[in-house]
Amino acid sequence: MVETTELKVKIGLEVHCQLTNLKSKLFCSCSSDYRQSPPNTHVCPVCMGTPGSLPVLNRKAVEDAILIALALNMQISNKTIFYRKNYFYPDMPKNFQISQYDRAGGIPIAKNGSKKLEVEKIVHISRLQIEEDPGKISYEGTIETSKSAFVDYNRAGIALVEIVTEPDINSPKEARIFLQKIRSIMEHLGVSSGELEGSMRCDANISIQGGTRVEVKNISSFKEVERALNFEITRQKNLLRTGHRIGQETRHWDEARRVTISLRVKEEEEDYRYFPEADLVPLSISEEEIERQKNSMPELPEGHMQRLMTQYDISRQNAMTLIDNKALAEFFEESAVNYSHPDLLGNWIVGDLLSYLYEMDIELKDAKLMPRDLVKMLELIDDGTISGKIGKELLKEMLISGKSPDEIINQKEMRRISDSEYLNQLTEEIFSSNPQAVKDAIKDPKAVRFLIGQLMKKTGGKADPQLANNLVNEKLKTSKT
Amino acid sequence: MSRILELSASELVSKIRTQEITAEEYVNKCYERIKEVEDRIHAFITLTENIALEKAQEIDSRIRRNEKVGTLSGIAVAIKDNICINDVRTTCASKMLENFIPPYDATVIQRLKSQDAILIGKTNMDEFAMGTSTEHSQFGPTHNPHDLDRVPGGSSGGSAASVAALETTISLGSDTGGSVRCPASFCGIVGMKPTYGLISRYGLIAYANSLEQISPIARNVADLALLTECIAGQDNKDSTSIDSGTQNLKNCLVDDVSGVKIGVPEELFGIGTDEVVSKAVWEAISKLEGLGATFSKIKLESLEYALASYYIIAMSEASSNLARYDGLRYGLRLDDENYDWSTAYSRNRDVGFGAEVKRRIMLGTFALSAGYYNEYYLKAQRVRTLIRQELSKAFKDFDLIIGPTMPILPFRLGEKLLDPLEMYMCDVDTVIANLAGIPAISVPCSSSQGLPIGVQMMAPALREDVLIKVAFSLEQHLKPDLELKV
Ligand SMILES: [Zn+2]
Repeated sequence: MVETTELKVKIGLEVHCQLTNLKSKLFCSCSSDYRQSPPNTHVCPVCMGTPGSLPVLNRKAVEDAILIALALNMQISNKTIFYRKNYFYPDMPKNFQISQYDRAGGIPIAKNGSKKLEVEKIVHISRLQIEEDPGKISYEGTIETSKSAFVDYNRAGIALVEIVTEPDINSPKEARIFLQKIRSIMEHLGVSSGELEGSMRCDANISIQGGTRVEVKNISSFKEVERALNFEITRQKNLLRTGHRIGQETRHWDEARRVTISLRVKEEEEDYRYFPEADLVPLSISEEEIERQKNSMPELPEGHMQRLMTQYDISRQNAMTLIDNKALAEFFEESAVNYSHPDLLGNWIVGDLLSYLYEMDIELKDAKLMPRDLVKMLELIDDGTISGKIGKELLKEMLISGKSPDEIINQKEMRRISDSEYLNQLTEEIFSSNPQAVKDAIKDPKAVRFLIGQLMKKTGGKADPQLANNLVNEKLKTSKT
Repeated sequence: MSRILELSASELVSKIRTQEITAEEYVNKCYERIKEVEDRIHAFITLTENIALEKAQEIDSRIRRNEKVGTLSGIAVAIKDNICINDVRTTCASKMLENFIPPYDATVIQRLKSQDAILIGKTNMDEFAMGTSTEHSQFGPTHNPHDLDRVPGGSSGGSAASVAALETTISLGSDTGGSVRCPASFCGIVGMKPTYGLISRYGLIAYANSLEQISPIARNVADLALLTECIAGQDNKDSTSIDSGTQNLKNCLVDDVSGVKIGVPEELFGIGTDEVVSKAVWEAISKLEGLGATFSKIKLESLEYALASYYIIAMSEASSNLARYDGLRYGLRLDDENYDWSTAYSRNRDVGFGAEVKRRIMLGTFALSAGYYNEYYLKAQRVRTLIRQELSKAFKDFDLIIGPTMPILPFRLGEKLLDPLEMYMCDVDTVIANLAGIPAISVPCSSSQGLPIGVQMMAPALREDVLIKVAFSLEQHLKPDLELKV
């Protein structure tokens, strides 16, 4: 029997990021903006692998990759070569993928980098490579029941970078944080928008206590990575606990069922027969070009975070959360220019706004919230028109409807109640229907809160809290005598 | 047979331009000739008579209206059936692509069209250009116009035979390991594999993409130069294409070889070289010496490994290049309901490919496999580097390297079909230029019992001008005794 609770987990990731900001695919001039298009409309002889066609490298993809390599502190190769990865599958029009390789003479575009997760935690990055995305296969219903498979080659040939880490990650949470950092870097560099569906995917390899490596493929987002890894680690620990061995294998993350399924075991591992792609000439990258990219490097997450802290005087924690999602940080900055308490603003965005987005499972860009409306809402709280609690409700409503705070307040009568006569009348009612609570409150000042709470409840949270407090306390004083 | 068909391309261009003859008249004569001899030669897989005649008429009317026409105005060009022409069936002589109609023009086709050449038809070849005899065509073999019982060479057998048999004036083939020089030699005409990158490969259906080049074929050196100049030059659709530099091939058509330094490697006359072939090549060398060139015998030891290196690299690349023919998007498709992907693919590929293609795919797959890659593919690449280095060293002392194109005379149909290794051995002298990426030309130099013999010359990269110059001199002074059998 093996004691499994304290077993050390090692995780390595292969992160695939589409270079979504490129106008065309990696080796042809087809538009890379395919997501809204009908199947097989963004194709040409090159990305369809039509006999006789030849790939021509999109040099802009190389520029992007250099930027990424610089941001990840990597060594950039002065010469890089493309390789063919050979395998038969219908999503590959040529039945090989043009990729890069670090063995058999291959030279990926960059090697040996690192990314700091926290102060003490560094994830080493072994290589960065450029490759083409395969097409997409879909089924009617499930794989098992579908009568036929449908292949859409719009995605085939889209430029990807693959970031391969050393097995330095020790928990599913760290894996998620790492992916968030990568996404943030990509967004800051302006090379990829992680918010586009399927633009960031990863494979993970997991070993427990230095044991055999199991590879999990098809993790479609960083939200999924934590789930997939948690499942896989639990599965492996259970096997160890019951005295089983873990064999080398490749598994597939089934997002719908939230389980990993065995694809193939070691003996069936595919031999990709990597060899140089002679249709593309070896690519030279000069020091000058690297220097040029260095000089054009936009603000990176770290610098962005420091600037947010000094410029707006927000907490480190808030700044860190903001830069993890560049759109969120930009939203913050756009709002902050028009608002006098950026620290409060930061709390609202990092706290309530972010958790609503998470609850609703949407990206900020899909929410209908405008910076000026958020600022307006905060100002309404500041001038006492609404309470903070109402503010929270209002924000949710604003996210869904995209209406301005004024409009919603008027519509839903959310305005704060400062009518003391009306509130007094309600207080009377509460006191008479809760005699025991009144007695308790007289003895114990802490129990007063219950009565105030009742008043807030009756007004749907709209009672002016200061006024409500005063009224209840005064009433208590008179009740004592 | 009309005498028009014997004219050179440049003669024809001037006669058509001066309206001495019309392009239509000439093209009609080509098709008459084709209809007369094709049952015995079988050089074509597809004829494009309607397109050709329409184009000829268009050119004629432009000439009548005194409008500008291109450098190949009205000239019939036959195209090997692995070069894509928009909307014209392109089969690679394979059942796999029996019904493949490319949706685009190869760059060379665009260039030919823009120079007003006339695309007369698609020519027969070994399936996917894998072969040395054109017997591996799935549409039946081509016959040598100088002896109908013998092969025309391959894999561009149809392109060479059609030019030799006067069915067309010039043609395009492709040369991966000698596929243009071999049939040029066997058919008694001129064929040149240019420097790798001189001619865009865009639209050439790949067999071994690091080795092959689209290559011109003609009955004389001047026509070959004309055709080369028309199709050469950088193409942004082919990353491996290069700028042709300052070469002017037409200016090289002068009979002057004085001072040309020639290296003759003994390895090119190795075991298996027919006595009559050696003798003919040495006579050509003596002729050049008599005209003012100098020669030295040299040793190029790495050439011993050229053939093995070539076949490993070519087959490895083929195994990957031909992977796309699985029946799903391209290739023959059998009923695939109820089969999983891999079984469906296997069934399609089993029926769609011929034996030689399957042999090369399997050997190439093996050479790239984990555990064998270093021993085969990587070692072959090292040999390739050695050959390049040894040749570039030799070219410091010599302008040219000369030897036989083919070690033997054209063989009989079926003679080597059952012995693949013996067939591969025929390529021993031609594969060198492909491995090194340098230009090489085959020029007729003699004959034996009515069968043509070709001499091969190789030059440094982008020195096609040297090849054209010396080939032109040889052509002026050697007139092999040859007679068409059709
Ligand atoms: Zn495309």
